[in-house]
Parts: sequence; C-alpha cells; structure tokens
Amino acid sequence: MGMIIFIVVLVVVLLWVVGAYNGLIALKNQTVNAWKQIDVQLKRRHDLIPNLVNTVKGSMEFEKDTLQAVIDARSKAMAGGGGVKETAAAEGMLSGALGKLFVVMERYPDLKSSQNVRDLQEELSTTENKIAFARQLYNDVATSYNTKQQQFPTNLVAGLAKAEIAELWEIEDKAERDVPAVDLSLKKPQG
Amino acid sequence: MTAGPNLFEQQARNRRLTVAWLLLFILFFAWLGFGGDLALYLAAASRTEGQVAYRFPWIGLVVTTIAAITAWVSWRKGPQQVLWSTGARELTAPQTFEEKQLVNVVEEMAIAAGLPRPRVYVIDDPDPNAFATGRDASTACIAVTTGLLAAVNREELQGVIAHEMGHVRNLDVRLMTLIASLVGVIVVLSNGMGRMLRGGNWLRGGKGKASGPLAAAALVVFVLWVITLILAPFISRIMAMAVSRDREYLADATGAELTRNPAALASALEKIETHEAPTTHIKEGAAHLCIADPLGRDVNLKEGRLADLLATHPPMVMRITRLKGMAFQQLKAAGQLPAT
Repeated sequence: MGMIIFIVVLVVVLLWVVGAYNGLIALKNQTVNAWKQIDVQLKRRHDLIPNLVNTVKGSMEFEKDTLQAVIDARSKAMAGGGGVKETAAAEGMLSGALGKLFVVMERYPDLKSSQNVRDLQEELSTTENKIAFARQLYNDVATSYNTKQQQFPTNLVAGLAKAEIAELWEIEDKAERDVPAVDLSLKKPQG
Repeated sequence: MTAGPNLFEQQARNRRLTVAWLLLFILFFAWLGFGGDLALYLAAASRTEGQVAYRFPWIGLVVTTIAAITAWVSWRKGPQQVLWSTGARELTAPQTFEEKQLVNVVEEMAIAAGLPRPRVYVIDDPDPNAFATGRDASTACIAVTTGLLAAVNREELQGVIAHEMGHVRNLDVRLMTLIASLVGVIVVLSNGMGRMLRGGNWLRGGKGKASGPLAAAALVVFVLWVITLILAPFISRIMAMAVSRDREYLADATGAELTRNPAALASALEKIETHEAPTTHIKEGAAHLCIADPLGRDVNLKEGRLADLLATHPPMVMRITRLKGMAFQQLKAAGQLPAT
C-alpha cells in the first residue's frame, strides 16, 4: 500500500515537473521571438533612413546638423551589439533624432507635398509604430516569463530550464517616456 | 460606479456573458430538436397507461443531423460569403497612399496583438464602417469601407483597426461566424418543420384513448414547441444580437489595450456616428460584425429594454463615454506616477 502511494506521488510530481518545465520553455521561446520582432523592425528602420536622407538632402541645405544627427545616430545604433539596455539607448537616440527631423521637415512645404517624401514618411512612421508595439509586446511577454520563473513553485525548475531573467526594454529617452498627450476634448482633429 | 469598469474587469465580465449566451443557444437548439419528441413521448405515454411506446427521439436526431451538416458548411464558407456579399476586394498590392497606410496600420496592430497579419479588404462605399470575420487568427479578414479611409486620420484608423484586431484576438470572429451559422440553421429548420407540421396529424392516431394529465401535458408541450418553432428565427436573431453587443464593448476595451490610446477610437466612433447614411453594401447578414450598425437603425442609439433587445450594437454614446473614461484613467494613472 505504502509503495503504491509512493509511486502515485512520484508520478504526480514528475508530471508537474514536466509541465512546469515545458511552460517555462514556451515562455522563453515567446520572449526570444518577441525580441526578434523588434529586431526585424529596427533593421527596416536602418534600411529606410539613407533613402530619406538622400531624398530630403537637396531641399534642406540649411538643416545639415539635423540630418547629420540622424546619420550619426543610425550608425551608432547599427554598430550597437550588446544587450537590451545598449540597444534601447542607441535606438532611443535614433528615434529622437528622427522625430526632430520630422518636425523640421514641416517647415518645408515643397517636401511635404512631394509624393515620394510622403510615402517615405509613412513608411518610417509605421516602422516607428511597429517598433513601439513590438516593444510593448516584448515587455509584456518578458514580464510574464520573469514572473513565472520567480514564483513558487515554478522557481524550483527554473534552473533546470536554464531560465534567466529577461531584460525589459526600458524607455531611456525622456521625451519618449512622457505619456503622449491624449485629447480629451475630442475636438474634430484635422483628417 | 465611481471608478468605472477597468479594462480587465470588462474583459472578464464579457467572457462570462458570452459563455452564458452560448449555453442558452445550445439549450434553445435542444428544445427545437427534442421538444417535439417530448410531446410525442408524453402523448404516447398517456395512451398506453404509463407504458412507454415512444422510445426513439427521431425528430431530434433528424434535426440534429441536418443542423450539423448545414452548420458545418456555413462554418467553412461563412467568412468568404460575407466578404463576397459586401463586394469587398482584397488588398494584395496596395496602390494609393491610403491603401498603403491601411495595410501598414493593420500590420502594426497585428504586431501589438502578437498575431499573424489578417488579410485586408476594402469595400467601395462612401459610408465609414469596418468589420472583421474569419474562424481564428490565421483565417481572419479585416474589411473597411473607402468612406472610413476618407473620414478618419491615421490615429483614428489605428483605433478602428485595433477594435477589429480585438475581435480577432478575443476570438469574436469565431463566435460570430459560429452564431451566424447557427441562426441560419435555425431559420432553415423553422421553415422546414413548419411545412412538415401542416401536413401531419401528429398527436392523434395510434391505438388507445388519450386522456389524463399526461395527455394535457403532451398538448401543452406541443403547443409551446410549435410556438417557439414559429418564433425561432426571431428569437435566435435577438440572441445573436445580444452576444454581438457584449462583444462590441469588449473589442473597444481590447483595442484600447493594444493602442494605449482610447481617445483616438472614441473620436473615430464620433466621426462614424455623424455619417447617418446606411452602408448600402453591407446587408443585414453581416450587420452584427460591423464596428457600427451599417443599417443606421435608430434602436442602436437608444437605451432601454426594447433597444437592448433589438440592437446589434450598444449605443454609440455609451461606447464613447466608456472609452473617454479609460482615457481619463490613463491620464490619471500617468499623473500619479512620480516624475523622474
């Protein structure tokens, strides 16, 4: 009788270990995958920037500094390597420089009316958005992965699954951290 | 309500409601199928002094078989049929700036939801509207009218697409396709059995005299069954509408969770609402899928018992108010954080 109970308990424990292990591995893969999503979008942004710079260079003779800042930030971000924190910092710089360029471009009506520039700007802003949403997803998935491996009793098999705390993509840039203004008055925005 | 329902509470509440409605649908279906059997069983029992002569519920089984086949076909073909009936064309190679932007926004929302990108369709109709259909995330389709593309700005479009992506992520597309096929089956059954009943002499016949409480019970059950059979198409539509209404609130909430920008969806809804003209390309069959009632019915604007029964969508004012409430909470939460 005692033997049977022992075996039953052993089987239950083993099944739980397998389940918890597989759960952790699934979360780990999701985290890695979410990170790859960000990576794809970052590459896309790096590819788009030279196009934009070449297109606007002619019309923006006087804004050499703004353009140079974008180019520098891009090469820094591409050289990057390193962990989440370094990538986040470099890409944050690039986002800031691009944002400034877009603001300056508003002053050039010729540029704004050009179909080519409009398309490029849409491509870049969708890429910016995709980076932001991919980051949002990555942080969500990474947080649940981190929570799972720290919580009892899953933390007992965390070592077995070689689970490590995934670093979150913190927003370094002050301008980016600020919550975007939400228009509560809901006046008709210009379509 | 001082604080107002937050996002997760709303999601949990809506999920419970959906389960309840689905159970009700199944019960209703069972009654349609086996209610007639119950009446015949009671009638048979009353004639044979308690001895059971009617053992095999053949009405129920035949009905179930027909229903299963019909439901399966409309389950597989439903989404394509809906798209076809609205004259939607798929955007495989976007040409104009608006089309490219639409595809980009859908891609953004798919990333935010962590799902594969749904197929994108455009309907040539000047009235702003949008809907999602499909069976799951991998077969999902999102369709918008050209009127919507013209009426809203990028942020608002993002809000609308996020709402539709919410329908995909919450598996509303599956639920609504399922319910649409169930409603279709019930309508077919109601018509078919109504015709059968007119031809037959159902409760009489056989040997022995029908008398006693059992015979009375048989009659009551039979009359109830026939009445529900006649009203079935109407009742099932009301049930479908109820499910649809709840899912609209949930999709609004999920959309806000994806974009973290409830105000944009609220202002998009306001713009959609000001276009009172009905969406001519979207027929009644797809009405419950849309972000706003394409038929422009007045019931959707009112609150109250009758409006609650007949509308496919919750009142726009309520949806906008809830979204603005979320936007306010978001601001408040952001304000309470220490500024570092």
